[in-house]
Amino acid sequence: MSRLRSIVRQLGPRIAAVVGLLLIWQLAAWSGLFSPSVLPPPSDVVGSFLHNFSQPQPPRESILVGTQASLIRLVVGLAVGVAAGTSIGLTMAASGLIQRSVGSLMAGLQALPSISWLPLAMLWFGLTERAVLFVVIIGSIPAVAIATAAAVRLVPPLLTRAGRTLGARGWTLYRRIVLPAGVPGYVAGLQQAWALGWRALMAGELILMATGGKGLGHLLEANRQLQNTPAIFAVMIMIMFVGMAVEATFGVVDRRVRGRRGLLANP
Amino acid sequence: MSIPRTLVALPDARGVTAKLSAHGVSKRFRSSRGGGVSALTDVDLDITSGEFVCLIGPSGCGKTTLLNLFAGLEKPDMGELRLDGRPIAGPGPDRAVLFQDPALFPWMSVRANVEFALEMIGVSKDERPDRAMQWLRKVHLAHFADAQPHELSGGMRQRAALARALSCQPEVLLADEPFAALDAQTREILQRELQEVWSETRNTFVFVTHNVREAVFLADRVVLMSAPPGSLVAEHVITAPRPRDIEDVLLSKVVVDIHGHLSKEVEKVVAAEIDR
Repeated sequence: MSRLRSIVRQLGPRIAAVVGLLLIWQLAAWSGLFSPSVLPPPSDVVGSFLHNFSQPQPPRESILVGTQASLIRLVVGLAVGVAAGTSIGLTMAASGLIQRSVGSLMAGLQALPSISWLPLAMLWFGLTERAVLFVVIIGSIPAVAIATAAAVRLVPPLLTRAGRTLGARGWTLYRRIVLPAGVPGYVAGLQQAWALGWRALMAGELILMATGGKGLGHLLEANRQLQNTPAIFAVMIMIMFVGMAVEATFGVVDRRVRGRRGLLANP
Repeated sequence: MSIPRTLVALPDARGVTAKLSAHGVSKRFRSSRGGGVSALTDVDLDITSGEFVCLIGPSGCGKTTLLNLFAGLEKPDMGELRLDGRPIAGPGPDRAVLFQDPALFPWMSVRANVEFALEMIGVSKDERPDRAMQWLRKVHLAHFADAQPHELSGGMRQRAALARALSCQPEVLLADEPFAALDAQTREILQRELQEVWSETRNTFVFVTHNVREAVFLADRVVLMSAPPGSLVAEHVITAPRPRDIEDVLLSKVVVDIHGHLSKEVEKVVAAEIDR
């Protein structure tokens, strides 16, 4: 009973917001102020979404296949970016010299929107998927590195002291005390890296269309060329869905990690 | 004829019997305004095996510093600290520490915290759960073994920290005002429990506090430290039999005695603060 109520309380406002938006949109479309090729009614968009979701729309792939392609690219890019960023962050935390040198470099790179790497990437890698992948990687490295270094540095000294008096030292101290104590900060860094990576990927796919390439950004651009407005909306909705799903997953992980440690304001 | 020279330093007469000793220990800290602040000057202290010593003194007298030196968490500028006659080189589970904050690892359950301590001293994986529960029962926390530290009250967290410290079966227990953040009732209960547990384990105990009643109730010997820079100014040996009663009239007399002594030191500290 109370579980059902909490589900309603959680989902209710979210659904209401979407329904409200659709309603206004539908009214605007009905008003006749906009031509359907500028602002198609939501019904057309939903129709286009359902129709193209699993069926290819020649010469392009279906939304589902495009999503798959984009997600694979994101996962590969983030895996490389997170691995590199984590290693850089850990060395930054371990040495003041590296923190001051490489750390300030990372802070500078983070101020650079990752899509601004794309022209260079196109020169280096040509008009290929690798150029887009490069942008995702280079965009996530500074965020992960800075968050990792901060997470390790902000571990309460009392916990490491307690660990040392219990006999933990060196690698054991690091692995069993310092790293677990830094997990909440690290998760926040991953969340930021994913958000940056996803934005960079969409922008990259939009600008750089490699021949035969698949992906949601490519679909957006292809549908613009075909002037298929409902399909553009449909792809945008898919991009939003993916974002919401990943954010929700991070929300669950973050709540679990912090809840376990008693760091939630409203458990 | 050449005389073979021994490489092993011979302990002096006092060092032979001392479990824990500090000889000529001084320590300064850099202050934020530049220059140094003297925390300890020329401290000599010998603690025999199984003795319960309370360090008491005005705030800033360096009692926590002395404890950290024994723990091996800090190094002295001068003098030496020894455990069983061997110089103290760093922290280790032979000297468990109870901090004012329980310092439990928040991502581990209460039981896992104790098991971690057991793992560090090399207890095999199969034995750890039983051993951990055994120590948690001793501090009346068996029902909360699977709770996370943040789910416990302040007193329970400090009990868990005590179980974790005891589980290393340390030769020496070092406590830095472990009950200072607790309310008066919880504090008295924990003092009694600590007395009970200690009368079984009989570890050598160094207990820092600024509460004279607590010191007199727990200690075999109360060592009074001076206003900063801290040095040892007086000792009171408490011979009252155990288990002790916190309301004991004889103990109250000692408390009054030490209070008189301590207030003089506190007055010095306050006078110095006003001068500045």
